Amino acid sequence: MEVVFKIQRFDPQKDQAPYYREYEVPSVDTNWSILDVLNEIKWKQDGTLTYRRSCAHGICGSDGVRINGKNRLACALLLQDIEYKKTVTIEPLPALPVIKDLVVNLQSFYDKYEVIKPFLINKNPPPERERLQSNKDAELLFESAKCILCACCTTSCPSLWTNENYLGPASFLKVFRFVFDTRDEAADERLNIIDTQDGIWRCHTIFNCVEACPKEIDITWHISKLKKKLVARKF
Amino acid sequence: MVHKYDIVIVGAGGAGLRAAIETPPGATCAVITKVFPSRSHTGTAQGGVCAALANEEEDSWEWHMFDTVKGGDYLGDQDAIEIMCQDAIRAIIELEHMGLPFSRTHDGKIAQRRFGGHTRDFGKAPVKRACYSADRTGHVMLQTLFENCIRNRVNFFPEYLVTDIIIDKKGICCGVVVYDIATGEIHTFHARAVMFATGGYGRAYRITSNAMISTGDGFDIMYERGIPLEDMEFVQFHPTGLWKLGILVSEAARGEGGILLNNRGERFMERYAPTVKDLAPRDMISRAIMTEIREGRGFQGTDGTYYINLDVSHLGKKIIDEKLPEITGFARTYLGIEPTREPIPVQPTTHYAMGGIPTDIDGHVLIDAKGNIMPGLYSAGECACVSVHGANRLGTNSLLDIVVFGRRGGKAITEYLKTAEFVPLPKNVEEKSRDHISTILCNVGKESVVTLRTELQETMMENVGIFRTKAGIKKALKKIEEIKSRYKHTTIEDKGKTFNTDLVEAIELKHLIGTSEAIAVSALNREESRGAHACEDFPKRDDKKWLKHTFLTLKDGKTRITYKPVTITRFQPQERKY
Repeated sequence: MEVVFKIQRFDPQKDQAPYYREYEVPSVDTNWSILDVLNEIKWKQDGTLTYRRSCAHGICGSDGVRINGKNRLACALLLQDIEYKKTVTIEPLPALPVIKDLVVNLQSFYDKYEVIKPFLINKNPPPERERLQSNKDAELLFESAKCILCACCTTSCPSLWTNENYLGPASFLKVFRFVFDTRDEAADERLNIIDTQDGIWRCHTIFNCVEACPKEIDITWHISKLKKKLVARKF
Repeated sequence: MVHKYDIVIVGAGGAGLRAAIETPPGATCAVITKVFPSRSHTGTAQGGVCAALANEEEDSWEWHMFDTVKGGDYLGDQDAIEIMCQDAIRAIIELEHMGLPFSRTHDGKIAQRRFGGHTRDFGKAPVKRACYSADRTGHVMLQTLFENCIRNRVNFFPEYLVTDIIIDKKGICCGVVVYDIATGEIHTFHARAVMFATGGYGRAYRITSNAMISTGDGFDIMYERGIPLEDMEFVQFHPTGLWKLGILVSEAARGEGGILLNNRGERFMERYAPTVKDLAPRDMISRAIMTEIREGRGFQGTDGTYYINLDVSHLGKKIIDEKLPEITGFARTYLGIEPTREPIPVQPTTHYAMGGIPTDIDGHVLIDAKGNIMPGLYSAGECACVSVHGANRLGTNSLLDIVVFGRRGGKAITEYLKTAEFVPLPKNVEEKSRDHISTILCNVGKESVVTLRTELQETMMENVGIFRTKAGIKKALKKIEEIKSRYKHTTIEDKGKTFNTDLVEAIELKHLIGTSEAIAVSALNREESRGAHACEDFPKRDDKKWLKHTFLTLKDGKTRITYKPVTITRFQPQERKY
C-alpha cells in the first residue's frame, strides 16, 4: 500500500519551530488504526516520535490528534474509514501548547473542567439506600456521561481558537451531566458559571464538536438544552 | 526535588482514587499516576459491579460470598471475601450517593444483570447481581471517583512514572522515587504512608484486553525490593476478547442472553457447564473455548488463527443499543461486524492478575507468609492480593474489590497517621532510579525494546497461557532469562529529556520482564490445576498438597517460595461444578 504519513514534529530541546516529517509504512493495511500506524513508525523506524496512548480502543481518551484536519482518536479511526489520496497528515490537537510532537499541554483543558464543579452536589443527608431515579432520567445523562475527556471537541471549536478563555464544549457537557441529574441541587450555581462572557454564549452552534467527538455524542444538542434552561431562568 | 506529603498514592485507577478520598482532614495526599487519572485502566471495565442489593430478584451476600469462594476454586481467603461481599452493598450505595449514574429498574433503583459465576441459593441458577451503567460501568466509576477527588482537592501528579519505593534501615516505607515524564526530572516523594495501586500486567502477553500502560510496574518494583508476590501463577484469561485484537467484549453480552457457538453451530457451553452454561466462570469458559478449537470445532480466520462465535443477534436491536452499545461499537469499528445481524468472533484474552502484592484485609503489605507487615506501605486494587479472588476472579468482583479495599486501605492509613511520624529519608534514595535511566539512555547495544517485548509476549502467551505444561513453563523461563540478559544491551533512539516515551517504554519493559519471571516461577512450582492455573501434567486440583498461597520472594538474585495457609471459614472445598 502506498501511503505517506505526514506527521508534525517538534522537540523543544532541538527545534525552533514545528515541522513535518514524512514516513512510509510498507506493511500498513487498511484495517489498521492510526494508532497502529504511529506505533509501527515509533517501534520500527523512529523511536523519537512522541504521542500519548493507552487503552487503544477508544475508552481512555489519550490519543486525540488531528488527522487530515479533523480531531480524532488515533486508536478509534481505521485507515479504511478516512478519505485520503496519498498522504495522511497527523498533527497535535490545535489551540493548546505543544509539549513535543503530538503531545499537547492539557492543563487549561482540565482547569476548565474543574471550574464547573464536576461532582454531584446534594446537601441533604443521603437516604440509607440509593436515591431513586427513573431509568428515563438516568438515561438522559448517559450521553453526556460517556465523555472521555479526550479534548477533541473543545480544541475543534473556533470559539476557542479566538478566545483561549472560552470554557468549551467538554465543560458544558459536564455541566449538563449534573444540571439534568435529578439528584443534583446545584443547577443554578453551575448555570451561573457558564452564563458569562467566556461561557456558553460563545457557542455559535458550529457543530465542529459534534463532528469531532469520538464517542458520537451530540454535544450541540446538550449545549442547546443548557441555553434553553438559561433563557427560561431569565424570564 | 523532594516533595513532602503525609500520604502518597501511586496509581489513579479506582483503588487509588477511592483511597485518596479517605484522606483525613489536615493531612496532605499526593496521587502519582503515569497517565491522567481519567485515563486509568479502570475506565475500560464494562459490564458491572456486583452487590447483593436484591433490586431485581432475591439475593444475599452469603450467596455472593459462596460464589466468590467457589469461583476462586477455594483459594480465596474467606475472611476477606466475607468482608468484601458484605460491604459490597454499602459500597455500591455509596457510589450512587457520590453521583455514579447507574442504569435503573422500573421502580428507580439501581438496575442489576446476570454475570458469570454469580448464582442464587449456592449455585442453583444465575442471579441478577451486577449493578451497571449500560456497558460503561468502569468508565462512569472512574469518572465519579475522579470527580470526588476534585471535590476533595486531592493533589494529582499526572504523567509521573514511579521508579522505586523508599524503605529505611528499620524496614519502614517512607516514600517513592518518580520520573517526571514531561521534563525528564527525577523527584523524591517523602511520605508517612505510601499506597501502591498500580494495576495489572496484561501487556506481558501478546493478546490482552489491557491498556498499554498495564505493564506490571508495581509488582516488579516490589519484587526487586524483596517484597513477596503472592499467587502470581493465577492469570485470568477472559473468554471473550475481540478476535486478534483482544479488546474486551464484556460478560454482560452473555448476561443479557448472548451465547457462544462453535463451527457446528453448537452452544458448546451446555456440555461444560450444564446448569449455568454461558455464564460459567471465566477460567472454565476460556478452557472450553481452547478445547473446542483444539478438537477442530473452532473457526479459522484468513490469517490462520482461530476463534469462536459470540452471538447476540437474537437479543434484538433495542436491547443491544441500550445495554451493550460500547462493545457492539467495537465489533463494528474494528472488525466491520454488525452484531445485530452477525455473530462476533472472539478468543480468550489476557485480562486480570489474581495474584500480586500480598496484603491483609486493611491493605497493609505483608513482608512474609507469616503475615508480618511493612510499616507505612499499603496496596490495593489489581496489583494487590488480599486474596479475595483466589485462583480465578468472578466478573464484576474487580470493580468491587477496588472500592472496598481502596477505602479500607485509606482508612488504615488514616489510623496509621495518628501515630506515625515522617521517618528521615535514607541517603541516595534516587541512585538506583538514576542509574537505571542513565544506563538506558547511554546504552549502545543492538537490542530494541519492541523486539524484546514482542518475544516476551509471545513466550508468555505460548507457554504460560490458558493450558500450561511444566516443559512449556521451563521453556518460557529460559527465554525470560535470555531476554533479561539481552535487555542490558537495549538501545533507545530518543535521548531527550522532554516527554521521552521511548525511555518510558524501556523502563516498562523491565517491569514486564520481572513480572513475567514471577508468574512463570510461581506457575512452574504449583503442581496441580486450580482455577486459572491449568497444568496439563497435573490435571486435578490437589487440596492435600496445594490448598495454600504461593509467596515468591527475590533475595540476592535468587527466588524463594514459601506458603501461607488459606483462610477457610464457612465453605469447605468441594468439587467445582457449574
